[in-house]
Amino acid sequence: MLDFGILFPAVLNGLTTGAVYALVALGLTLIYGVLHIINFAHGAALMLALYAVYLLKEKLGIDPYLALVAVVPGMFALGYLLQRVVINRASHGKDENILLVTLGLAIVMENLALLAFKSDTRTIETAYTLTTVAIGPAMIALPKLIAFGGALVVSALMLLLMARTDLGRAIRAVAKEKHGARLMGIDVDHVYAMSFGIGLACLGAAACFLMPAYYVNPQVGGGFVLVAFTIVVLGGMGSFAGALVGGLLVGVVESLGGLYFGESLGQVGIFAIFIAVLLFRPQGLFGART
Amino acid sequence: MRDLASIALFVVVVACTPLVTQSGVALNFIMMALYACLLAQAWNILGGFGGQFSFGHALFFGTGAYVQAIAQQYGVNPWAALALALVASALVGVIVGALTFRYGLKGSYFALVTLAFAEVFRIVALSVPFTGGGVGLMVPLRESAANMQFATRAGYLWLVLALVTVALLVSAWLRHSRFGAYLQAVRDNEDAARAVGVNPFRVKLAAIALSGALMGAGGAFYVQVFQYIDPGIAYGPSTSVEALVAAIVGGMGTLWGPVLGALALHVLADLTRNLFGQLPGINMVIYGSVLVLIVMFLPRGIAGIGVPVRWLRAVRRGDRNG
Repeated sequence: MLDFGILFPAVLNGLTTGAVYALVALGLTLIYGVLHIINFAHGAALMLALYAVYLLKEKLGIDPYLALVAVVPGMFALGYLLQRVVINRASHGKDENILLVTLGLAIVMENLALLAFKSDTRTIETAYTLTTVAIGPAMIALPKLIAFGGALVVSALMLLLMARTDLGRAIRAVAKEKHGARLMGIDVDHVYAMSFGIGLACLGAAACFLMPAYYVNPQVGGGFVLVAFTIVVLGGMGSFAGALVGGLLVGVVESLGGLYFGESLGQVGIFAIFIAVLLFRPQGLFGART
Repeated sequence: MRDLASIALFVVVVACTPLVTQSGVALNFIMMALYACLLAQAWNILGGFGGQFSFGHALFFGTGAYVQAIAQQYGVNPWAALALALVASALVGVIVGALTFRYGLKGSYFALVTLAFAEVFRIVALSVPFTGGGVGLMVPLRESAANMQFATRAGYLWLVLALVTVALLVSAWLRHSRFGAYLQAVRDNEDAARAVGVNPFRVKLAAIALSGALMGAGGAFYVQVFQYIDPGIAYGPSTSVEALVAAIVGGMGTLWGPVLGALALHVLADLTRNLFGQLPGINMVIYGSVLVLIVMFLPRGIAGIGVPVRWLRAVRRGDRNG
């Protein structure tokens, strides 16, 4: 075993990375876990949001955390329109078609970004990018700590939304019994579009918390797609608390895997978890809450 | 018989093109189009006839490619290596299929798991020594037919045409054989198929092995043409996407759909390259848009245009004799 002085920072680092994963997965929990819209464009949408944060900072000098007020509504609008105009129309009510349409959207978004920004990797400079905070023997970058807090806040907000608001009730009703919900006067198409919009809005928040400590290039979303699906399935479809815990767990697994097996093989651990969970425990670690 | 006649006609016409033109550009275009046809047909066997949407067919492509390249490092003749590549990719298909179908994964779960498997293979290929890691593997240039390296494009064209022909014959067989009927029954309604005595697990397993072997042949062909392979090319998502988009655009579960789709996309990609030059990503933007538009407006693909629905349904089910 490695000693505490190495293990503790690795776990802590994994937790902060995991918090970002959880942020990305929260949106997918709503879209995929609750409504079973298989959104392959989730990573690509995150990439667009990261570019939005990047452009706001570079062109207008807006701080990434301040950009929340612009990026979150922007992503919501994008999601609402995409679901209403493209995905809903193309799906013809079949899951396979949604799979294909969102895959097509992902390809289009990624390559439009490639056209517009080339394949260069870009980062932003802020005053606090390199600030670190000491926790015990570990030094953690301040942006990562803020992202950790952000993940907690966003998951709490999502739980409140689902449990306490009319929209949350409508979403749960539609997820359970679409036709029944329609008969009760719920505008099902609107609810789907709202959910998709909120899911992408979560990505907007994730992008703002992620960007100060991360980078963006047109392919950056690809790495997040499978991780996000892993977390949603691991946490139990549709469970927001599960997504948070699942995200943290995946972050720690990746960090420790990297420590023991080297950087690139560490990622295998994530996919191994994913395959194992799907095969042996498809209801997720915490069971499905519908 | 009509299927066999149309396949024979297609093969004869394409096989004669090198006799008509010596133009390297034209032959290269036909060769790459046929290669795209092969990938699409491989995907179509599992996705179109079997209804199991794989998002990770690069898994089989990469396995075929690596076996082809690695076997040659050990002095195995390329023709023998091709046989090994087919067996290895079929075997990977059986293993992945046994795991996923045993636990009843379908729809989006199956798509995600195949994608995850491809990613695992990509990362492993990056990390283990015998694949050459990120640097990739080169196949030494030794031009001779015995070495499966041809001096002209015509040789490669005939090689890939032979593979495409095999894929066409397999598809035709699926349309008219008992096994094909089982497979399509499992696609249309698994429970009903089981109720009449079909074993869905075994049927799907055979389909993924067949599909994997043909995809592996595509990978082996790639290695012979370009004499190079690396983890990104082998197991990256773009090959998976290319195969499935072509099959869906052309028309899933049909004999000629994947061929039509691959040809159409190939012509489209070539046109955009001529129109926009080498702008990075523009052809993928078009691929993605075509995929969305086809799913939106032509869910049956190009093969379904202008064909009465009832006739098409009959063809899809394979119960038209001919």
